[in-house]
Amino acid sequence: MATTPATAEVQRPPEEDEGGRWWQSPIAQMVWRRALLGILTLVLIAVIVYFATTVLPGDAATAILGQSATPARIAKVEAELGLDEPLLTRFVDWFGNAIHGDFGNSLSAAAPVGSHGGASKEAVTTLVNEKLLNSVVLIGVTAIVSTLLGILAGMYAAFRRDGIFDTGGSVVALVASALPEFVVAIFVVMLFAVNVFDWFPALSLLPPGESILSHLNMLVLPVLALVIVTTPYVFRMTRGAMIEVLDTDYVEFARMKGVSPRKIAFRHALPNALAPVIQVVGLNLLYLAGGIVLVEAIFSYPGVGLALVEAINGRDVPTIQYIVLMLAVFYVILNIVTDVGVLLVTPRRRYPRS
Amino acid sequence: MSADATTPDVVPTKAPRASLGGRAGRLLRGALRTRRGQIGLLLTLIVVGIAFLGPLFAGSPTALHGGPFEAPGGVAGPLGGDSLGRSVLDRVLDGGWRILLISAAATAMAIVLGSIAGVVAAYRGGFADTLIMRTVDVLLGIPSLVFVLMLLSVIGSHAWLVIVGVGLTQAPQVARVLRAAAQDVSERDYVKAVAAWGVPPRTVIRRHVIPSLLTPLMVESALRLSFSIILVASLSFLGLGTQPPTADWGVMINENRVGLAQNVWGVLAPAILLATLAVGTNMFSDAIARANLSAGSAGDPTLQMALTSSNVAEGDEPVGLDAIDEGPG
Amino acid sequence: MSAENGTAPAAGGARRPEVEVTDLAVRIARTGVPIVEGVSFSIEAGRTLGLVGESGSGKSTVAVGLLGYARRGLEIAAGTVRIGDTDILALDPKGLRSARGRIVSYVPQDPAAGLNPAHRLGPQLREAITAHGDVPKGELDGRVNDLLESVNLPATKKILRSYPHQISGGQQQRIAIAIAFACRPRLIVLDEPTTGLDVTTQRHILATIDELASVHDAAAVYVSHDLAAVAEVATDTAVMYAGRIVERAPTARLFAAPRHPYTVGLIASAPSAEKAHRLLGIEGHPPRPGSWPDGCAYADRCPRALPDCRAGVPKLLEESPGQLVRCINPVPIDATTEIVLDVPTLPTSQEMALSVRGLVADYSGTPVLHDIQLDVPRGKVTAVVGESGSGKTTLARCLVGLHSSWQGEVLLGTDSTSLAPGASERSSDQLREMQYIFQNPFGSLNPTMTVVENVEEPLRHFERISRAERRARAIAALETVSLGAQFADTMPGRMSGGERQRAAVARGLVVEPSVLVCDEITSALDVSVQALLVEQLRDLQIERNLSMVFITHNLAVVRSIAQNMIVLQQGRIVEQGTVDAVLGNPQHPYTRQLLEDLPRLEARAGSSQAA
Repeated sequence: MATTPATAEVQRPPEEDEGGRWWQSPIAQMVWRRALLGILTLVLIAVIVYFATTVLPGDAATAILGQSATPARIAKVEAELGLDEPLLTRFVDWFGNAIHGDFGNSLSAAAPVGSHGGASKEAVTTLVNEKLLNSVVLIGVTAIVSTLLGILAGMYAAFRRDGIFDTGGSVVALVASALPEFVVAIFVVMLFAVNVFDWFPALSLLPPGESILSHLNMLVLPVLALVIVTTPYVFRMTRGAMIEVLDTDYVEFARMKGVSPRKIAFRHALPNALAPVIQVVGLNLLYLAGGIVLVEAIFSYPGVGLALVEAINGRDVPTIQYIVLMLAVFYVILNIVTDVGVLLVTPRRRYPRS
Repeated sequence: MSADATTPDVVPTKAPRASLGGRAGRLLRGALRTRRGQIGLLLTLIVVGIAFLGPLFAGSPTALHGGPFEAPGGVAGPLGGDSLGRSVLDRVLDGGWRILLISAAATAMAIVLGSIAGVVAAYRGGFADTLIMRTVDVLLGIPSLVFVLMLLSVIGSHAWLVIVGVGLTQAPQVARVLRAAAQDVSERDYVKAVAAWGVPPRTVIRRHVIPSLLTPLMVESALRLSFSIILVASLSFLGLGTQPPTADWGVMINENRVGLAQNVWGVLAPAILLATLAVGTNMFSDAIARANLSAGSAGDPTLQMALTSSNVAEGDEPVGLDAIDEGPG
Repeated sequence: MSAENGTAPAAGGARRPEVEVTDLAVRIARTGVPIVEGVSFSIEAGRTLGLVGESGSGKSTVAVGLLGYARRGLEIAAGTVRIGDTDILALDPKGLRSARGRIVSYVPQDPAAGLNPAHRLGPQLREAITAHGDVPKGELDGRVNDLLESVNLPATKKILRSYPHQISGGQQQRIAIAIAFACRPRLIVLDEPTTGLDVTTQRHILATIDELASVHDAAAVYVSHDLAAVAEVATDTAVMYAGRIVERAPTARLFAAPRHPYTVGLIASAPSAEKAHRLLGIEGHPPRPGSWPDGCAYADRCPRALPDCRAGVPKLLEESPGQLVRCINPVPIDATTEIVLDVPTLPTSQEMALSVRGLVADYSGTPVLHDIQLDVPRGKVTAVVGESGSGKTTLARCLVGLHSSWQGEVLLGTDSTSLAPGASERSSDQLREMQYIFQNPFGSLNPTMTVVENVEEPLRHFERISRAERRARAIAALETVSLGAQFADTMPGRMSGGERQRAAVARGLVVEPSVLVCDEITSALDVSVQALLVEQLRDLQIERNLSMVFITHNLAVVRSIAQNMIVLQQGRIVEQGTVDAVLGNPQHPYTRQLLEDLPRLEARAGSSQAA
């Protein structure tokens, strides 16, 4: 009655960047928090890895020396590996070195041999990092292909809901995503390398010193196997997210405003579907990090995964530790990046209500 | 004024007893009503049948017949010989039940561990919750296969370790799902109503929270089982699960890879069986998830009346994006 | 033109109506089951048609059908929707898109859901303007500012750069209205536009809509379940039941002299803030789509049903000038001015069932209630009134101990036992004396148990009796709320909201408490169902000397059921006293404003509610 109602309502205008510094913004805060959590998680994982690989039964020294294990030699190797010191000291030493990137030398018999018939003089990190590029290429190419395919197919299926592409695609996706990775890889090998066609090599045996980039034909089948396994997942999740968005009131409202279908798809629906899609892409990458182990093993693809399998078979503890921790770091960083990405596209969380 | 309240549509029907078995049964029946559920269950049962009945019909999985990779139909049997000259058929028949038993045991362990952890975390909150959820994060911070490989490589390939390792990798997800479900249920008014009577928390959990957790648990268990099977088979494939000369589908795929050109069956037979099992369990767990979604709508019946079942076509995905926490594969 | 349509051919220089809907029908696409059938009406430019109905009546379906839109799974089966010179339903997709926003536009029920959370407000407004034709660059900003001002929002940069979640519900709705009016459409369809907004905001929104509609000389369709709001806003009103229009008349006529038995029942179920009267209520449910009977859909619930009613669907016929009724046995004209029963007067009570002194409550440090004082005489109902954020639910929770962060005194019963803050610290007797009923009928019963098991639950906890006795008492409680033994073994998921709420009340009563705390228990219910529940509670109050604390924001319900009341604003009591005193002669400006802003059924209806 007295005041015009509208001004009474608008007493609290929405706040913009309210004089805080950028590093206090919601995004920055989240990054700090996740980073701290991530570091904590990494430390815990490091503890687990260390104890799983050194404390639990399994005599490293004997395993290395094999036939030539005499008590004297065992003692010598143990001293060399520092196995005769108290546990906690060992852990702290190890951890300290690890942070500096020193994981010791590889125990692999295949590496250039030192004078013990077992322990080599090659640093674990050097050996593994050589293979890193190959794995990165494998993951990268797969991720790009499966993400693009999956998102485009998922979006299309959502728009042409209940159409042939949608129902057919969903069934194919269900079957393809259920298949175990190595079975898919085997089928791929049988189909394209050995039994039906022989377009590509069954094994990706890179000549040492050369990079995968100069032998792209060795990349095809591993990528194909991984793509078959991961694309359906991206497809299903994108489709699901899109459908949820297309069913919302605000998309309905946009239709009632007379907005064209294309604008609805890209300007109204997509921005809101981005959050789950980003999560999916992140999860996809996470999965791939673990998934390359099997695929590389099958194709003898010279990457980090194969190195891990070989290290496991050879009880090469330092290498195992390094690779596992590397994966864990990758996981943590990827999680943070994904969360930040999701936050960036969700205005409701990015600009909280005053 | 109050007329005879008989409107045909809402004549209350005598519903089945709301027992645990009742609800679980209803979920299963709902799943089996869909094509997806039927096919999934059928495929699964076929492979399970072969796996458990196979050994009864198999000859010796280790006897040698002729040279390596004998052609099919020859002296090594209808599926030919494997890398050492053993009968592929016999080994295939004998190679499944171990995988299934180990996977089942691992899944059971994951369910038990995960459920307890999830419910405790939800209901206790505070420190217990943080502790459990951090542990979940840590366990999920390493890829499942890598984690189990790590354990196996150091301690050795023992069946019990496979069970424990696989169980440990699947438990965190169960914990997450159950925690979310328990929290959700605890927020419901009917649980608060009971709390308002002064009922002690333990009784509240037992009578009101846990029964509502059954259905999400069922859904999650089916999913965990399908993942466990894949994990166990992968371990065998890498040589860290069942050890040769024992017959095992995963092992067979690996050891017969070399002779793909000579006898494809050494690889193809176990691969097809594994694939069928994986697809079947996955389809069935998917069908259960959907049955759960459509049955769970406690929303306004009047609005949903006309649109349910005419709308939710069979092809509809459970759009519950809580499945998003799962990885692919 | 058929009699169905009700519009006589224009004589001489009278122009034809701006909007004409003929035989609109919508059905489920896959099965062909009709949802809405034979809907026809017309609206002149500048006038508003109110479309009234309860859940499931099809009114929302009609609303979006006016834009040529059918929700997922549905399709428009037949009919024409002529607006100006355009038949909306005859347009091709491109034409339809062009028409939406330009010829006809829509204001949704939930503005928060209608505005895209990923877009700032400025672009959303701009899009509304440019969707139908380009606007020269310089002009666009001016038009956006004009729009904002037309809905009484300041045309500032801050507003334009905000996201929807950063402004209030009322402001969001204004933006939605601005968007709807952006291209000066000929018809605006408003789908329950003020649900969820508090009374004062609602009043302002209605005023804004009114103003804009008259400025642009646009026709409007106002869909609502709120009879009073429709009575105030609409020039003509149509009542929908089970997918058909059952009565249509100028608003004043409809509310003063309704002819269709359903309309009569509906109006008699609506409580009034002016005067306390018994609410009629309508038992039963409307038939679901797919289960429509061959005859009149209302026959099963109708007190005037004749055998012929079930023979075929009655036609919409003109019973009196301008008033169409779909009934072969309509309520006679003179009969409608009688009947409203007075509320029985209750004997004065000597003792207090519940007393609250100096209650102060907080949520993790933030105070939410300040110095609350409340008396509930035995056998009486005390209402706690407030808008959202007033603290009324917190008060209710404190009383039963669900919220324990409070200080002060709550005294229960004759021996005035002081209650501990939290439920876990109270004695069994204390807990049983006071029972709580929740707002949302869809969450208050355990869906994994049958109804009788739900009702038995407090007995399990509070009393040591045999299983048979427990069941017997539970069934008795169900019968008190007119649910009866037939519902005993049903699962809650198969019951309607009203039925569930009654079951929840039964559960509250089975341990024979002396005080019931009812937290907005009728807010989620349809008018006719709400009426039944209110009368049920009144009967219990009288029969059992039951005392109640009744939380609500609805002043009309307060008048119907309560004898005393307090008004809360931001955690403080601003007024209290008997209902007659507070509502009849409010002192505090807040109370006055609430009453003034309340839509009145009587506004157009004249003396319809006088006994």
